Amino acid sequence: MLRKSSIWVEAIRNGLIGGTVALLLCLVGIVVALGQKMIVSGVISMGQILAFAPILIFAYTNARRATTKTVDTLLLGAVAGLSSGVILAALIGLGQVINLRAMFVNASPDLYKLLTFGLTLGPGIALLLGVAAIIGLTGVALFLLPARIRGTLIQAIIWVTLIGLLRELIVTVTRSWGPVAPLVKWMFARSGLTLLGATFLLALIGGLTYWRNSRPKQAQVSKRNPKQQQWIRWGTLAILGLIMIILPRIVGPFFSDILDNVGLYILMGLGLNIVVGFAGLLDLGYVAFFAIGAYTMGVLTSPELAANPLTYWQALPIALGVAVLSGFLLGLPVLKMRGDYLAIVTLGFGEIVRLLVLSDWLRPWLGGTQGIQLIAHPVIGPLDFGSQQMLYYVILVGIAIAAFIAIRLKDSRLGRSWMALREDEDVAKAMGINHVTTKLLAFASGAFFAGLGGTLFAAKLSSAYPQSFQFLVSINVLSLIIIGGMGSIPGVLVGGLVLMGLPEILREFAEYRYLVYGALLVAMMLTRPEGLWPEARRRLELHEEQDLALQQESQPVMKNPGQ
Amino acid sequence: MLRTFRQRITITDIVIWAIGLAIAIMVVWGTISTLQSGKYATGTWLDLTIKGLAVGGVYALIAMGYTLVYGILRMINFAHSEVFMSGPFTAVFLANALAQSGFLNKQPLLSMLLITLLSMAVSAVVAMLLERIAYRRLRYAPRLVPLITAIGASFFLQYVFRGLYGSGFKGYPTVTSLQGSWNFLGIEVYKTQIVVIISAILMMVILYGIVQWTKIGRAMRAVSEDKEAAELMGINVDRIIVFTFVLGGASAGAAGILYILLFPVVWFFMGFIPSIKAFTAAVLGGIGNVAGAFVGAMLLGLLESIGPNLFLDGLGVVNPSQLKDAIAFIVLVLILIFRPSGILGERVTQTKA
Amino acid sequence: MSKKIFALFSVLMVATMLLTACGPKATPTKAPVVTEAPVVTEAPPAAFECTDAIGCVDVAPGDPVHIAYLLVVAGPNETLGIDSRNGIEIAIDDSGGMILDHDVKFDGEDGGCAAEGGQAAGTKLAADTSIVAVIGTSCSSEARAAEPLLSAAGFVVISPSNTAPDLTEAGNKNNYPGYLRTAHNDKIQGAVAAKFAWEFLGVKSAATIHDGSLYADKLQAVFADNFKQMGGTITLQTAVDPNQTDMASVMADIATGTPELIYFPIFLPAGGLIVRQAKTTPGLENTKLMGADGLFSPDVVTAAGDDVEGFMVSSPLLTGAAYDEFVAKYETKFGKKPISIFHAHAYDAYMMIKAAIEAVAVVDADGTLHIGRQALRDAMYATKDFSGLTGVLTCTATGDCANPTIGAYQYHKGTYPPELIWPE
Repeated sequence: MLRKSSIWVEAIRNGLIGGTVALLLCLVGIVVALGQKMIVSGVISMGQILAFAPILIFAYTNARRATTKTVDTLLLGAVAGLSSGVILAALIGLGQVINLRAMFVNASPDLYKLLTFGLTLGPGIALLLGVAAIIGLTGVALFLLPARIRGTLIQAIIWVTLIGLLRELIVTVTRSWGPVAPLVKWMFARSGLTLLGATFLLALIGGLTYWRNSRPKQAQVSKRNPKQQQWIRWGTLAILGLIMIILPRIVGPFFSDILDNVGLYILMGLGLNIVVGFAGLLDLGYVAFFAIGAYTMGVLTSPELAANPLTYWQALPIALGVAVLSGFLLGLPVLKMRGDYLAIVTLGFGEIVRLLVLSDWLRPWLGGTQGIQLIAHPVIGPLDFGSQQMLYYVILVGIAIAAFIAIRLKDSRLGRSWMALREDEDVAKAMGINHVTTKLLAFASGAFFAGLGGTLFAAKLSSAYPQSFQFLVSINVLSLIIIGGMGSIPGVLVGGLVLMGLPEILREFAEYRYLVYGALLVAMMLTRPEGLWPEARRRLELHEEQDLALQQESQPVMKNPGQ
Repeated sequence: MLRTFRQRITITDIVIWAIGLAIAIMVVWGTISTLQSGKYATGTWLDLTIKGLAVGGVYALIAMGYTLVYGILRMINFAHSEVFMSGPFTAVFLANALAQSGFLNKQPLLSMLLITLLSMAVSAVVAMLLERIAYRRLRYAPRLVPLITAIGASFFLQYVFRGLYGSGFKGYPTVTSLQGSWNFLGIEVYKTQIVVIISAILMMVILYGIVQWTKIGRAMRAVSEDKEAAELMGINVDRIIVFTFVLGGASAGAAGILYILLFPVVWFFMGFIPSIKAFTAAVLGGIGNVAGAFVGAMLLGLLESIGPNLFLDGLGVVNPSQLKDAIAFIVLVLILIFRPSGILGERVTQTKA
Repeated sequence: MSKKIFALFSVLMVATMLLTACGPKATPTKAPVVTEAPVVTEAPPAAFECTDAIGCVDVAPGDPVHIAYLLVVAGPNETLGIDSRNGIEIAIDDSGGMILDHDVKFDGEDGGCAAEGGQAAGTKLAADTSIVAVIGTSCSSEARAAEPLLSAAGFVVISPSNTAPDLTEAGNKNNYPGYLRTAHNDKIQGAVAAKFAWEFLGVKSAATIHDGSLYADKLQAVFADNFKQMGGTITLQTAVDPNQTDMASVMADIATGTPELIYFPIFLPAGGLIVRQAKTTPGLENTKLMGADGLFSPDVVTAAGDDVEGFMVSSPLLTGAAYDEFVAKYETKFGKKPISIFHAHAYDAYMMIKAAIEAVAVVDADGTLHIGRQALRDAMYATKDFSGLTGVLTCTATGDCANPTIGAYQYHKGTYPPELIWPE
C-alpha cells in the first residue's frame, strides 16, 4: 500500500522529467525555430506546442501510473505540471542573471519571450507556471475521460495541428478551387488557422472520428467477392498509374525535381529493402554502390575522362555490371559476420569508396575533388531525358522495374531463402540453404538497384562530386525503409514520400532533420519496429513474444487434472 | 585426405585467402620499398611511433565502452561515439571559464582534474540515459532492432548536442605547464604525449582491476556469461548493466579529455571517426576482453600512424595520408575475416547470432 | 487501419504537390494606367511598357522587393552560408529594410554546398518570378548546378563566396549571363599569395595542402603554378580530410621535402590542428605556415593556441572604421563575432544590388516599381568604384567584382584579428 506522500513525490518527479524534456527541446532550438509558425493564429504556435507537449505527456503518464482515481488525481496533475513549469521558469530566471547563451546558443531572448508569452518577467513567469499547471491538469483530465472521447480528442487535436502546419500548402492548392476557396480563406489566417477555423475543424474532425469509432467494426471490403476486389485493386492501380504519368507535366520543374529526388531514394530504398528487409543483412555502406554506379557512368560517358565517351544507354549495362560485381565483392568478406559486425564493416566499405573517389591518388581516373562533369543523360532518338521533368519518366520506369523485381523475388524461392536466413541462420543452413550464394545474391541485387540509382543521379546533375556520397545518404535510405516498414514494398514508397517529401514542405524542420530521423528511429523501434506499413510476416516475427504472452494470458488457468 | 581437404575449402575461402595474400604482399613490398628509399629519417619513425601510441591510448579508453557493453549485451553500442563526444564538448566550457579566470594556469593539476571529472560525469550520464531509454526495453528483441535503435540514438544525440552548443568548433585553452617537450633519444617527446600515454595506461590498469578483482567486476563477468544464471544467483542484472554503461561512459569521457590534449578542437561530429577506430581496436584485440582492447588500440594507433607512410607511400600512392582512415577499416575487415576472435581471443560465450 | 491513414497521407502529399503547382504562381501585378497629365519636371510614361530584353519585374505599391538567397544554411558547412546571410541581414538593416520605399522581402533556399542541393534550390527559386536578384551561391559546386537555371530565369545572381575561376571565365561552359561575385577569383588570390611568399617572405620552396573541397584544391593549384613560374619549387602537394584531426602522417610526408613554407588554404578544424602539429613535427618546427581566408576566424586562435604565433593568412583587406562598425553590429544582432570571412562580401553584394535597382528602376506616379532585368544586369556589370566593406569594387565584364587587393595578415598569440603585414 503506497504512502500518500510518495504519490506526490512521484508526481513531482514525473513533472520534473517532463520539464527537463521541454527544457531540452527549448535549448536545442527547435522551439524558437518553430515559434513563428502559428498553428492557431494569435493563440498558439508550433514552438509553444513543442515546448508544452512534454508537460502534457508526462502528466498523462503520471496519471496512468497513479493508483487512486479521486479529485486528488487532478491535483496531482497540477502538481506535475507545476514542477515542469518550475524548470522552465528556472531557465528564464537563470538566463536573466547569467549569460546562458555563451554555452547554450539557443538560450536567447527570443526563447524567453516565447516562454513568457511576451509579457515582462514577473507576470510572464507567473503565467508560465499557471499555464504549466493547467496543462498538467489537462493531461490528467484527458486520462480520466472515457477512452473513446479521449481517442477522439487526441486525433482531432493532431489533425488540427497538422492542418495548421500545412497551411501554406493547403491555401496555395485551394486558391483556385471555386467553392472551397472562401471556406479555406475563412479558416486560415496569415499564418496558421483562425480561432474560429480551428474550433470548427476540431468539432468537425472530432465528430467524424467519434461517429466512426462508435460504429461496429465491419469488414466491408472482404465481404465483396474476390473478383470485385481484384477489379478495385486494378482500378486503383490504373488511376494511380495515370496520375503518376501525367504528374510532371502539371507540377512544373521544381516539383519534378523533388519527385526525382524522392524517386531516386525510393529506388535505392527498394534495393536496400532486399538486403535489410528480406535478407536481414544490415548494410550501412549502401552509398558505396550508389557512388560506384554514378562514377562508372561518369567515367564512361564524360569527355573529360573517357577517350571515347559512350552514351548513357551504352554505359548503363556496364555500370550496372560493375555495381553488381562490387556487390559480390562486398558480400564475400562479410559472409561469416554477425549482424553487428556486418553493419560496421559495410559502413567501413562505404567510407572506403568515398575516400577513394575523393583521393588524389585516383584523381587521374576518377576526378578527385573536382569530380566529373559533362556526364551524359539518357537520350532515345529525339527525346532527351535530361531535364528534370523528362528524367522523372526514366526514374518512374526504374522504380516500376525495381518494384516488380522485388515483388517477384519476395515470393520466389530465393526470397524465401532470404527470409529463412533472416529469421534464423543456423536453422536455414541446416535446412540446406546455401548461405553463400543466398547472401551474395542479396548484396548483388541491392547493389544493382543502387547502381541504377547512381547512374540516374549522375545523369540528373550531369556531374558527380565525392561530397554527394557521404554516410548520411545510407542513413537516409535506411531510415526510409525502417520507418516505412522493413521488407514491405509499399512501406518503402510511403517511407520515401514521408521522409523525403516532408522536409521539403516543412522547411523549418530542415535543420533538425536528422534529429527527427534519429528520434523517429528510436521511437519506432521501441513501439512499432515493423514500420508504418508493415509486412505481415515481419509483424508476426517482431511481436511474437507479445502475441505468445497474450495467448498465455487468455488461456484458462485450470489444467486438465488428468495430464 | 586430399578429398576431405577439397570438400572443406570452398571457392569463397580460396578467393578470400587470395585477397588476404595479395594485401600482405603489397604491405610487405610497400614497406621494403619505403625503407629502401630512405625517404624518412629514423627520427621521423620514432616520432610517428610515439604519436601512434598516444592516439592508441585514447582509442583504448573509448574501446572499453564498446567491449564492456558488447560483453554484457552482445550489441554494439553505436551511440558510444556520442557518449565520447558529449564529455569533452561539455567540459570545454568549464575549461575556457577556468582559463579566463586564470585558474587554469595557476592550478593546472586541479583544473585538469575538475575538467576530467566533469567530462566523465557527462559521458556517464549520457550512457546511462541511453541504456535506460533506448536499450533496456529491447534487451530480448531480435538483433537488428537494438542496432537500429543505436544508430537512431547516435544521430539523435549528435544533433541534440549540435542544437545545444552550436555547430561550430570550440577550442580548448592551452595549459602552459603541459607545453614543451623533452629530448629523448634524439627526438622531441612532448609533455602532452607522455601525459596521454601514461594516463591511458593507468586508467586501463584501473579498469582492468575493477573488472577482474572487484566484486562488482565479478558480477559483470557473470552477467556477461549468462544473464539468467546470474539473476538466479542473486545479482541485480539491471543494476550491473547500468554500472557497465556508466563505466564505459566514464572511460569514454576520460578518453575525451586525453583526446583534446592531443587535438584540442571539439565539435558535434567529432565522435564518429575515433569511435569507429576504437571499435576496430576492440575487435582487433578481442571483443569482451579488457586487455585485448588495450593491445588492439595500441596496435591500431601504431598502424594508423605509421602505415600510410610506411607501406602506402612505397606503393606509389599519391598523398597516402588521405587514405589513413581506409587503413583502419581494412584492418577491421581483415581481422574479421581471418581472425574474428581477435588477437587475444574473445571473452564472450558464443551465443546464437 | 493506420495503414490506410498513412497511405492517404502520402497520396495527399503527392496530390498537394501536384495541385500546388496548379495553383497560380506569384504573378507580377500590372501597373495601373496613368491617365493624368504628365508632370512637367519628370515625365513618367503614361503607361509603362516593358522594353527590356528579358522582361520586367513589377512591384506594386505596398508589395515588397523580393531578394532571395541561395546559401548553405544547413548541414556541416552551414557556418559559411549562415555567416553570409547574417551579413546580408545587417545590410538590409543598415539600409532601413527598404529599397525605393518598398519593403525588402528576404528569404531563400539552402543549397547544401553540393550540386544536387544547388540544383534543387535553383529550380525552386527559378520558378518564383517575383525574385529580382539572388545572392548566392556559397559553394562553387552549387553554382555550377544552379546557375543555368537562375540565369535562364533572368535573375541577377551575385555570389559572396564562389571562388572557382571557371564561373567567370569568358567562353567557359560554366559562365552564365547575369552572374557576378564579390568574392575573389581563386586565380587572383592564389597568385597574390604566391607573390607574397616569393617576394615578401623570400621563400624558395613550398608545400601545399588542400582538404578535398573545390575551393581549397583550386586555390592551392593556382598558388603552386604561380610559385613555380616565379622560380620556386613545390616540394609536395598533398591533402587532408576536412574533419581530420591527426596530422602526423601528412606532416611527416611534408617534412621529408623540407619546404620553407606550407600553404594550406583550408578551414577549421583541420587548419588549426595543422598549425599546432607542424610545430611538433621534427623538421617543420620553424617552417612558415600560411593559410587563406578560410582560416581568418577567431576560432583559429583557440584551436591553435600558442602555436598560432606567426601563422599567416591571406585575405581581402578588411579594415577600417566601417568594418569595425559592421562587426559591432553583427555581434549585437547575432550574439557572436562573425565566423567565416564572407559576411563582408555578402554585405557588399546586397548593397550593390540595392544601388543597381535604385539606378535602373522606373517609378510610377503611384509608386509601382518597374525593374528591367537586362537593365539591372547591365547596371550590375557596369558597377565601378563602388565603395564597399571589402574595398573599392569594380566589376569586370564577366562578373568579377572583387577588389583585387589582397592582404597578408599575421596572427599573434591570443589576439584577434591578426595584424596586417602586407602590403604595408
